[in-house]
Amino acid sequence: MEIIRKGPYIMESKKAYLFVTCLVDNFFPQVAESAVCVLRRLGIEVEFVEGQTCCGQPAFNSGFWQDARTVAKRFLSVFDREKDGFIVCPSGSCASMVRIFYRELFEEGDKEYGSAVNISKRVYEFSEYIVNVLKETDVGAFYKGRVAYHGSCHLIRELGIREEPIRLIRSVRGIDFVEMKNYDVCCGFGGTFSVKFPELSAAIVEDKIQSIVESGADTLVSTDMGCLMHIGGIISRRNLPIRVMHIAELLASR
Amino acid sequence: MEIRKLNFKKNSVRALGDKTLQQALHYTTERFTSARERAKREFGELDNLREKAREIKRRTIENLDDYLEILEENVCKAGGKVYWAEDAKGAVDTVLDIARKNRVKLVVKSKSMATEEIELNRAIEGEGIDVVETDLGEYIIQLANERPSHIIAPAIHKTKDEIARLFSEKLKIPYYKEPELLVGAIRERLRATFLRADMGVTGVNFAVAETGTIIIVENEGNARFVTTVPRVHVAIMGIEKVIPSFKDAAVFLSILARSATGQKMSSYVSFITGPRRNGEIDGPEQFHLIIMDNGRTRVLGSEETRETLYCIRCGACLNACPVYRKAGGHSYGWVYSGPIGAILTPQLIGMDRALELPFASTLCGACREVCPVKINIPKILIGLRRRAVENGFHKNVKEHLAMRIWRFVVSHTGVYDILTSLLYVLQHPFKSDGKLRSLPLFSQWTRYRDLPVLKIPFRKRWKRLTVNRGPRG
Ligand code: SF4
Repeated sequence: MEIIRKGPYIMESKKAYLFVTCLVDNFFPQVAESAVCVLRRLGIEVEFVEGQTCCGQPAFNSGFWQDARTVAKRFLSVFDREKDGFIVCPSGSCASMVRIFYRELFEEGDKEYGSAVNISKRVYEFSEYIVNVLKETDVGAFYKGRVAYHGSCHLIRELGIREEPIRLIRSVRGIDFVEMKNYDVCCGFGGTFSVKFPELSAAIVEDKIQSIVESGADTLVSTDMGCLMHIGGIISRRNLPIRVMHIAELLASR
Repeated sequence: MEIRKLNFKKNSVRALGDKTLQQALHYTTERFTSARERAKREFGELDNLREKAREIKRRTIENLDDYLEILEENVCKAGGKVYWAEDAKGAVDTVLDIARKNRVKLVVKSKSMATEEIELNRAIEGEGIDVVETDLGEYIIQLANERPSHIIAPAIHKTKDEIARLFSEKLKIPYYKEPELLVGAIRERLRATFLRADMGVTGVNFAVAETGTIIIVENEGNARFVTTVPRVHVAIMGIEKVIPSFKDAAVFLSILARSATGQKMSSYVSFITGPRRNGEIDGPEQFHLIIMDNGRTRVLGSEETRETLYCIRCGACLNACPVYRKAGGHSYGWVYSGPIGAILTPQLIGMDRALELPFASTLCGACREVCPVKINIPKILIGLRRRAVENGFHKNVKEHLAMRIWRFVVSHTGVYDILTSLLYVLQHPFKSDGKLRSLPLFSQWTRYRDLPVLKIPFRKRWKRLTVNRGPRG
C-alpha cells in the first residue's frame, strides 16, 4: 500500500481544522477538548468545521461501500468548504480511512476523486501533526505516572507512524515511561469485529491486558479511542488499577 | 470434496475453550515469530528481497500463460510428462490413472498443500492403494484423519502425548514418552516403507520455467526419499507456482525459509529436472507434473484480488495473525488457514461456503507486514467483504438495516443531533458507576466489556471553547 508521507505540505500551518471523529465527539469529548488545548498551546489556531459526523469507515470495512460512499461524500463536502489547511484527527484509524481508503472508495473519474485526493493530503493524525509538521516533541506537559503505550494497528501499519507518539510521551515531564511487550500487536478491537466475533475479540485483548499488567504501568496511552474503549472496557469490568488515556489528554495535562 | 458451509465462528469458540490447543498455538506462533524476527535482524536484505520477490511474482502472474507454456516445454525436454488439471477431480483422476498404469500398490507422499486441497489420499485409498505421508506432521494428521492446522506445521494442535498415543494405537509402535525415541521408531518404519513404495507424490514449491526444474523445500529429508526411491514421481502444483528463471529462485529461497521458520535455508532443497537419466544411479524412471487450476484462474481474473496468487505458503502470516493465534487452523474449515486462508478459501471454493472468513479479521495488517511477497491481505479482505455484500451473499438483514439507518443518521446533522440527544437521555437507567454494564442491542459488546456513556458531544461544547479559549488552555 502506498503510504503517502509528504514533507510538510505547503499550507498555512498555523491553522488546523479538527476532525474529531464520531466516537470522540459523542463518547470522549474530553479528548477533543484536550487536543484543542494542546494545539492552542503550540500556537495553532484551531477551527471546528460544523456538520461533521462520521468518515464512513464502519461501512467501508464491513463491505458496505455504497453506504460508505454516501457518507464519505458528505465528509468531503463538509471539509472541502475550506480548500486549504491541515485537518487534524485524534485517531490513526479515521485518519487512515480518509488518507488511504478514500482513494479506493472513489476511483479516478469519479466526481469526488479530486476532492478525495486533496483532502487525503491534508489529513494528519494528531501526534503525527505535532511531531512531523509542527516539529515539536515537548509540548510542556506534566504527568505523574508509569505510562505504557499501545500502538494502534492503523496508525502503525497503515500510516507508518511508529516513533512519533512515543517521542511525545517520553517528553512529558514527570513521566515514567515503561516499554510494553508487544505494544504494536492488535488489541482485538477491529471495529465491527468486536461485536461480530466477541469471543475472539475478548480472547485477543487478554494478551494485551497481560502485557499492560506485566509492564507495571498505571496508565495506558494510545492514539485511538476505539482500541482504548475496548481495552478500557475490560479494565473497567475488572476494576484493574489502570487508567486509559488518549495521548491528547496526556499532553494536555500539566 | 464435501460441499459444506464452513462454520468459522462456531469452530473458533470451540477452539477458545480448548486449553491445550491455546497453549500449543501460543507456543508455536511465538516460536516462529521470534525466529523470523531474528532472521530479519541478522539478514538485513530481507525487506529488499521482499520487494524483489513481489515484483517477480507480479511479472510472472501477469504473464502466467507464457511462463506455464515454457515450463511445459522444458519439463518435456527433460523427459518428463505434463498434465493440465482444470479442477480437483481432474488432478485426482490423473494421479490415479498414472498409478493404475504402473500397477502401483504403495504411494509415499511428501508434504503438499495442493494434495490436501484435492483430498488425494482419500482418493488413492479408495482405489485400494496404500498411501503413506512421510513428513512427520502430515503423517500424524493422516493417522488422526484430520486436516493440517498450520501451513508449514500441520500438526501443531497435537501434544507430544497425543502423538505418542496415536502412533502406538495405529501403528503398534511402543508408547514413548521421549520424542527422540518416538521419532527414531517412526523413522525406522518410514525407511522400510520408502523401499517398498512404487510411486512418490510431492507438491512443488517453485517450478522454474527456463529449465523445467521443480524445487522442493523441506527439513526432514523425506521429500528427497520420495523423489528418488520409487519408480514413479508425480508432482502436483497450482498454476501460480511457476517462476521464470533460476535467478528468481535464488530470491525466493533466500526469503522462504527465513519467513517460515527463521532458518537461513531449509535443511533440504531438491532441484528436480525430469526423471533419472542414462547413467544416473538414482531417481525415478518416470516424472509426471500435474499443473492444476482448481479455481485459480478465477482469482487471476480479478485485478482486485489477483495478488492472492503471489503466496509462497510460508505461513508467516498465520504466526503474526491475532485471530489465527486464538482460533487455530481448523476453525477456518478448509485446508488453508490464517490470513491467507481467509482470502484464498472464499476465492477457491466460493463465497457462499466461506462467507464468514473475510469478516473474521481485525484488519490489523500484521500479515502484510511479514508477508515475504507483501500481499496486501487487509485490502483483499475488505474487497471480498464488499463482494459478499454487493453480490448478495451477505444476507444478514439486521446488519443491512443497521447500515441503512446509520447512513441516514450520519448524513443528516439534524437527525444526528436529535438521536444522540435522545440516546443521551435514554441511557440514564442503564448507567451504573458512570458506565454501561449491560445494554440491550449492545449485548455482544457488554458481555465482555463495559461501555462508556454518551457525553454532551464535543460539537456542542465547541462554542464554549471558542469563547473561553479552551479549558486548561
Ligand atoms: S500470504 Fe504471504 S505470509 Fe501468508 S503464507 Fe502466503 S506468502 Fe506467506
